[in-house]
Amino acid sequence: MKLLEELKYVETHEWVRVEGNKAYIGITDYAQDKLGDVVYVEVPEIGTVVEAGDQFVVLESVKAASDVYAPISGTVVEVNEELEDNPALINESPYDAWIVAIDMSMPTEVDDLLSAEEYKELCE
Amino acid sequence: MKKTPLYEKHIQLNGKIIDFGGWALPVEYTGIIPEHEAVRTKAGLFDVSHMGEILVTGEDAETFLQRVLTNDISVLKDNQIAYTTMCRPDGGIIDDFLVYKYSNVEYLLVVNAANTEKDFNWLEENILEDVKVEDISAKYALLALQGPLAQNILQKTTPADLNEIEFYRFKDIKIGDIETMVSRTGYTGEDGFELYFAAEKAEEMWELLLSAGKDEGLIPAGLGARDTLRFEASLPLYGNELNENITPLEAGLGFCVKLNKDNFIGKEALAKQKEEGLKRKIIGFEMIDRGIPRSNYEIFAEGEKIGYVTTGSYSPTLKKNLGLALIDSDYTKIGTEIEVLVRKKSLKAKVIKKPFYSKKYKK
Repeated sequence: MKLLEELKYVETHEWVRVEGNKAYIGITDYAQDKLGDVVYVEVPEIGTVVEAGDQFVVLESVKAASDVYAPISGTVVEVNEELEDNPALINESPYDAWIVAIDMSMPTEVDDLLSAEEYKELCE
Repeated sequence: MKKTPLYEKHIQLNGKIIDFGGWALPVEYTGIIPEHEAVRTKAGLFDVSHMGEILVTGEDAETFLQRVLTNDISVLKDNQIAYTTMCRPDGGIIDDFLVYKYSNVEYLLVVNAANTEKDFNWLEENILEDVKVEDISAKYALLALQGPLAQNILQKTTPADLNEIEFYRFKDIKIGDIETMVSRTGYTGEDGFELYFAAEKAEEMWELLLSAGKDEGLIPAGLGARDTLRFEASLPLYGNELNENITPLEAGLGFCVKLNKDNFIGKEALAKQKEEGLKRKIIGFEMIDRGIPRSNYEIFAEGEKIGYVTTGSYSPTLKKNLGLALIDSDYTKIGTEIEVLVRKKSLKAKVIKKPFYSKKYKK
């Protein structure tokens, strides 16, 4: 299982990359492996307000639909349009394939997220 | 969970093991899509040893099967196979399976794993004198070698001429040193074979076939690809398209309901349903809006619920989001627009012809 030191993680297998007040969110290598080939990504509309813990993205593999939860509260300001035509990027390169970016309303929530080390322990 | 004789092989190959009706089986090894593509373009090897095998023997075996099955097996020659349903008196499907005829006193039924016990009990309840039914599932391993290169690969392992085994026929031959019953059957929409042999030879056979097919690109394939392949070929799956509340006529399996044969269980109800016309049917549909239909999603038209999705998936071969659904007969015409409720959103779809993928059988 691949992990990046500089990212934050959630026990529901999302990762978060903080850039200024924006949080880019994707799913971990562990999660993509469990999910199998992703064939469709359903994202919220830009402007959607989410709270940490809300189900806000759906990833569909060949076999099933899986929910992705917002690791952080805020407003959806960007979605990765590349995934619309090439959802397999999530499998090929899970840490480059961010799904949405959130403008954080409570940036201190980042402190509650897991480090790479903590997340790794959880997956073992 | 129950394990097939190839469980250790699946683990060695990094198969992702799931619980499939009580059986520990791999859903995929390298991925559903690459495994699916291998079967469509080259070949794939499936462990389907979980399937149930019920042996029916005795002087009245044929009479007995004619009475409990909807298809007419009296027309079968020795070493020929028929697909059939077995129904309740009300026409509901107890199971769908293949019947292998050795002779008119010996038949093998190859049934859905999860239904083995139910089928066996039903056969026992309706048994005739001089007929014996035995569940011999545990004695046999079953592998499916499927794909356009299946015959080339299998031919390397046997002196027997595989051209002599035609579609829906079988023969006892040797694969390597292993006594094997080989049939030209499958569940993928491609040419291919199913191989029945002693369970203790399973690992040897698995290795033999994989090495024989190495240069042709043969890879092991899991339940995930088995499902997408059968789905594209619009072959029904018991528990999805078929169950005890659906009749074979509604499921589009009229070809294996022979209303002109003597009395059989379910005949009266099925004849009546045919005469009155079907109120609902299994159809194929394609999503117009973006989204993937899944089993049990509801289907609407003109604001009314008209049915539900029986199987839905992304189709790896056609690269579309497709579904099979049981819906009200008023909406089954090709081209009819319907709506699929996907996570509380109503998405547009249209009825299309099935099978989605034209079967490439060698007949």
